Amino acid sequence: MKFSDFMAVDAIRSNVSASSKEGVIREMAAALVDAGKIAAGDLESIVRAIMKREDLGSTGIGRGVAVPHTKHPSVDRLVGTVAVSHEGIGFDSLDGEPVQLFFLLVSPPDRPGDHLRALENISRQLRDESFCGELKAAQTPVDIQRLLVEADGHGVAS
Amino acid sequence: MASHLEQPSVSSERDEATMQEKFTREVVVGMQQGLHARPADQLAREARKWQSRIELVAKSQRVDGKSILEVLTLAAESGTRLVVEATGPDAREAINAIGRLFEQNFNEFGSTESGLHESGLHDSGSHSSGAGQPAPAPESTG
Repeated sequence: MKFSDFMAVDAIRSNVSASSKEGVIREMAAALVDAGKIAAGDLESIVRAIMKREDLGSTGIGRGVAVPHTKHPSVDRLVGTVAVSHEGIGFDSLDGEPVQLFFLLVSPPDRPGDHLRALENISRQLRDESFCGELKAAQTPVDIQRLLVEADGHGVAS
Repeated sequence: MASHLEQPSVSSERDEATMQEKFTREVVVGMQQGLHARPADQLAREARKWQSRIELVAKSQRVDGKSILEVLTLAAESGTRLVVEATGPDAREAINAIGRLFEQNFNEFGSTESGLHESGLHDSGSHSSGAGQPAPAPESTG
């Protein structure tokens, strides 16, 4: 799976204003609403579901990266977006470090395989530290989009 | 759906390069959702408790069990067979601990043998809607 298979380009944010875990999740989910990927009426429910998942264990996986996600019946295909916080946000990460780079995923409950393959793609790409660093330094959504497109080109499609 | 509790087949040998004891065990991903972020986190946390090197081996991949990022690159769906390898001074204890996580399906809701389902979805066993197949059907592609 490639980034282009699930990333909502119009929902990419290069400099979030939020400074809290819930804040950044809400901002990213709202960006998905603005991009027409999720319905405005589902926003609260999706944010709550993602926070509930975070309560089970932070999705801050280290290296300044978090992958907040949930399954939600309102979507019929996997949707995701990327956001960057240059300041970094406390996310109860595994390594205790603040998070600058966020990948948010909302997937249909009956498609666990797609969710796994999206996580696989994200984690595989993030092993490349320069990719990770360039994303965190991105100044505009277009920069981020370009990096994702480049990564799709490098990666071996699975 | 039948739970597949298999006898854990642990084997041991000496790693030729380091002369350290190496334990190997096959495990099956029993969680309906596969080895996703939460179990991958649990696995990496458990693995980091041990001195031994811990690796997971899939069809064509070998990853560091102590790294959640690496574990996630397996994208191991329900039913996937993996081999866990532990090499080092506490390899035996490590492999038992990791094996237990798989046996207990990482204490996950909606594992294959669990009777309680959350709500909404009722997968009645055999509907064939493409990607999300709940039955543990190990693929035999080489």
